[in-house]
This record gives sequence, structure tokens and C-alpha cells, in this order.
Amino acid sequence: MREELLAIVERNSRIDLKELAVILGVEEIDVINELAALEAEGIICGYHTMIDWEKTSIEKVSALIEVRVTPQRGQGFDSIAERIYKYPEVTSVYLISGGYDLLVTLEGKSLKQISGFVSDKLSTLDSVLSTATHFILKKYKDHGTILSKKYEDTREKVTP
Amino acid sequence: MKNMLSEKTVALKPSGIRKFFDLVSEMDDAISLGVGEPDFDTPWHIRDEGIYSLEKGRTFYTSNAGLKELKEEICNYTKRKQGVTYDPLHEVLVTVGGSEAIDIGMRAVLNSGDEVLIPQPSFVSYEPCAIMAGGVPVIIELKAENEFRLTAQELEEAITEKTKLLVLPFPNNPTGAIMEREDLEAIAEVIRKHDILVMSDEIYAELTYKEKHVSITEIEGMQERTILINGFSKAFAMTGWRLGYACGPRAIIEQMLKLHQFAIMCAPTTSQYAAVEALRNGDEDVAEMKTAYNQRRRYLMNAFREMGLECFEPFGAFYVFPSIKEFGITSEEFAARLLEEEKVAVVPGTAFGDCGEGFLRISYAYSLDNLKLAIGKLGNFVQRLRGEKQ
Repeated sequence: MREELLAIVERNSRIDLKELAVILGVEEIDVINELAALEAEGIICGYHTMIDWEKTSIEKVSALIEVRVTPQRGQGFDSIAERIYKYPEVTSVYLISGGYDLLVTLEGKSLKQISGFVSDKLSTLDSVLSTATHFILKKYKDHGTILSKKYEDTREKVTP
Repeated sequence: MKNMLSEKTVALKPSGIRKFFDLVSEMDDAISLGVGEPDFDTPWHIRDEGIYSLEKGRTFYTSNAGLKELKEEICNYTKRKQGVTYDPLHEVLVTVGGSEAIDIGMRAVLNSGDEVLIPQPSFVSYEPCAIMAGGVPVIIELKAENEFRLTAQELEEAITEKTKLLVLPFPNNPTGAIMEREDLEAIAEVIRKHDILVMSDEIYAELTYKEKHVSITEIEGMQERTILINGFSKAFAMTGWRLGYACGPRAIIEQMLKLHQFAIMCAPTTSQYAAVEALRNGDEDVAEMKTAYNQRRRYLMNAFREMGLECFEPFGAFYVFPSIKEFGITSEEFAARLLEEEKVAVVPGTAFGDCGEGFLRISYAYSLDNLKLAIGKLGNFVQRLRGEKQ
């Protein structure tokens, strides 16, 4: 049930536990125990809400930053990654194969705030060789959800 | 003109679903549980392949029996899923949906007066197709106490000297019933004994929720007397592409091909290219959709239990078939009132044969949210009917 359970809560973490038990065909107590175990094992790391900030009046700017770094002896990329992810405005950090090393995503209130972070904090780190900042203009799809369109059932209402 | 119409065609009963469809389409805000097709879009990589084939200018007829690659993939698929081997050159025919295969399959094997055994409740096409092919439909009424499976005894009792063909519609629309290996072995013995043909409509084969689907062609001595019908509509959510196929003995497929060639020419080319992609790279999509259907199926079974609505647990297709006999009204009346009072559309069991009386077909090809909304309303309605009875 673990894989199926994870697939469901990844899409809808607010699902009712009783309903979850029904659709998985197990007892509610088993679902509760399994979720607790997944949390304890660090497999479920959080329950977030997807928000399309575009539709609010709140200003948000996000960016993807490609970072090239010099790995450190004995630590590889881990210690530089840690120095970067500790900034609260950094929303994710990935080690990437290919033309650069770290992909950092960032959320801020304004362009200025983000460019300030890049020039003052990120690029001044010792092991950072270069950065390339891409501002996100529009999100079409995020976490498997299409943001721009609403589902519409276009089927005939009754068919054999 | 004196007599414009064919008597045989005029005498065909119109589909029971049609009437209900007209009622529902007048109501804009009705929530429907009446649909017989997946709610998923065709997986994008399959659609993309269709688009790509158009871009490349693959806009011509294919050979009558279908694209060579597609027929090969169909044979690989049947081998992979059922362990049954067909020759792609002579034993496979790509058709316009499973429906065409039903029609031309009947016409290829029936002589005037041959009896065709049709278990009901079942899909609406078998009976009229048998009649148009000159056959005489003989209905076998399946029973709720057998979970709507076909038993050897029921089959034995229906067979006469004139019996030529048995239609085997499992996993079943509208009941959701399946036939497991031992059920099939039991009827296979009767089929062999009386030397009759089988048309096995396995369009819902991928959607079974117990053990892996078993095809009658896997049972000893059955492949050589079976027209196996399948298609892309249900498993790959491709209803609008209109693509199915038939596998069977060379002698039968040859005759079907003749009819297909004169009436249809070939199945849609774009759909055939998309279908090649579906069979090559679509297993994961099928598994994902099946998991979702199964979750909804469990949800509905639980909702009926809570409502106290009698329903056997179906393990196939995407339908449940609850009984409404406790209310003492007909299926049609129930469905009409449910639509009028709660704006929820379901299909009366009688649309799939007279023995569907006392049952409803409820489709779970809907999102859980949609099901929840509709089931809440059905619950209210059931409460009200029970109140009226007291």
C-alpha cells in the first residue's frame, strides 16, 4: 500500500483518513500507522499547499539560478550546497549533471531583492565560480498540475 | 415511394440508452454517472504520435487489415498478456472500434437461422448485430446470485442443435462481472462438447481488479474456435480514435477482412499510428489509470454499504450494478426520478437487457470528487424513497 498511499497524498495531502482507508481497501488504523512511519522515516517530509500566486494581489518573483562551483576536498558539493540552502529565500537546491553544478530556485518579493541576493550573497561565496539567473515569467504547470486550465468534462453525458 | 425502408432494420429495437440520453441532454446541470468511456485523456505520448503521423503526411489508406507494425504489436501484446500466439499476417484484423469487429464477426460466421447465445445484461450491440447477420439471438439471463457470471449449467440449458455462436462479454458492461479461470474452464467443456464458436469481447480486459484477466483463448482447445475482440478505447482511454481489433482463426479472419474491406476499407490511419505507440510504451499509463479506477470502485462499494444498497462486488470494467429491488419501482422509473429530483443521471439496467430490471448501471469513470457529489445526492434520494415506502 505504501507506493499507492504516497502517490495519493503527494497529490492531495488533505484527503480524509477514513476516505483514504476506503479507497486503498485497508483499515483506517493501518493508514494512520503507515503515515506515521513514513513521517518518522523522513519519507514524507512535509505537507505543502500549491498556490498560484499570480492570481493574488501579492507580488512574488521567482528565479532559477545556475551555479558553477569548485567542489571542496573531502566534502564534494555538499558543504557549498548547505551554505546556499540555509538562506530562507532559497526554495530548492539541486545538484545537476551537465554544464553547471547546482540549480538553485529562489523566491523573493521583487527583482531587486533577487538580484541583490545573487550579487551580494551567492556570487561572493568562495567556491562559486559563476552564476546565471533566469527569472520565471509564467508558470504553466507545477508539481504535475496545470495552472492555466480548468478540467472540463466534454464527454457525452450518457453512452453505452 | 411505396416501401422505403428495410423491414429488418425497422424491426430492430432502438437502444434503450438513447431514450435516457435525450432526457439527460435537456438538463444542463445534471451530474452524470452514465458514461461508458474513460474520463482520462488519451496519454499525451500517444496523442503526440498521432499528431506526428499527420505532420509526416501519413494521411493515406493503410492496407485493409491494418498497418503491419500495428498487427505485429497486437500479436506481441496478446502473447505478453495472455500467452496466446497469433500470426500477424493472417489472424489479426484492425477494425473501427470493437463494435465493427462484433458486427463483421457475426456476419462472417452466421448462416440464416443460426442461434447466437447472448448472455445479458450486456453491451447493446450483440443482439441487433446477430439479427442483421441473419442469426437468431437466444438470451441467457445472468443472475445476481452468480455475480452475473455465466455458468456451465446456464450455457448447457441454452444450447440447441441450431446453436452456432456464444458471445462472451467479460469483463462485463454493465455489471462489472468477470469470469475467472475456473469459470472459463467449466464453460469451455460445454463449448467443446457441443462444438460451437465463441466471440469473446474482452475490451475491458486491462481493467480487472482481482487477479490478472484470463482470456478464454488461454483455455485448451478454445483459441481455434474463438474470435477474440479487443481494442484501445477502454485500456488506453482512446474511445474517440475508434480503433479495435479481432484475432481469430485464419478462415474466419479472412471472411471478416472481406466484409471490412468492402464496408470500411481500413481503420483510421492516424489512430493506427497512435495505437502502435500505445502498445509499445503504454503499459505504465494503463497501470496508473487502473489504480485510479480501483480506488473509485472501492469508494463506491463502501458508499453503497453505508447506504444499505445491495450490490455484489464487481471486479471488472468501470461499472457497479446495484440492486434497487427493495424500492418496488422499475429501473427506468428510479433513474427518471433520480434525474428529475436530484439531477443525477444513471443508466437503468434494462438498457442492457430485460433481465437488468431491478438494477442500475453506475459508472466510475469520474473523479472521486464528482463521485462523492453524486453519491451524496443518490443517498438523499434513497432515504426519501425509503421514507415514502413506510
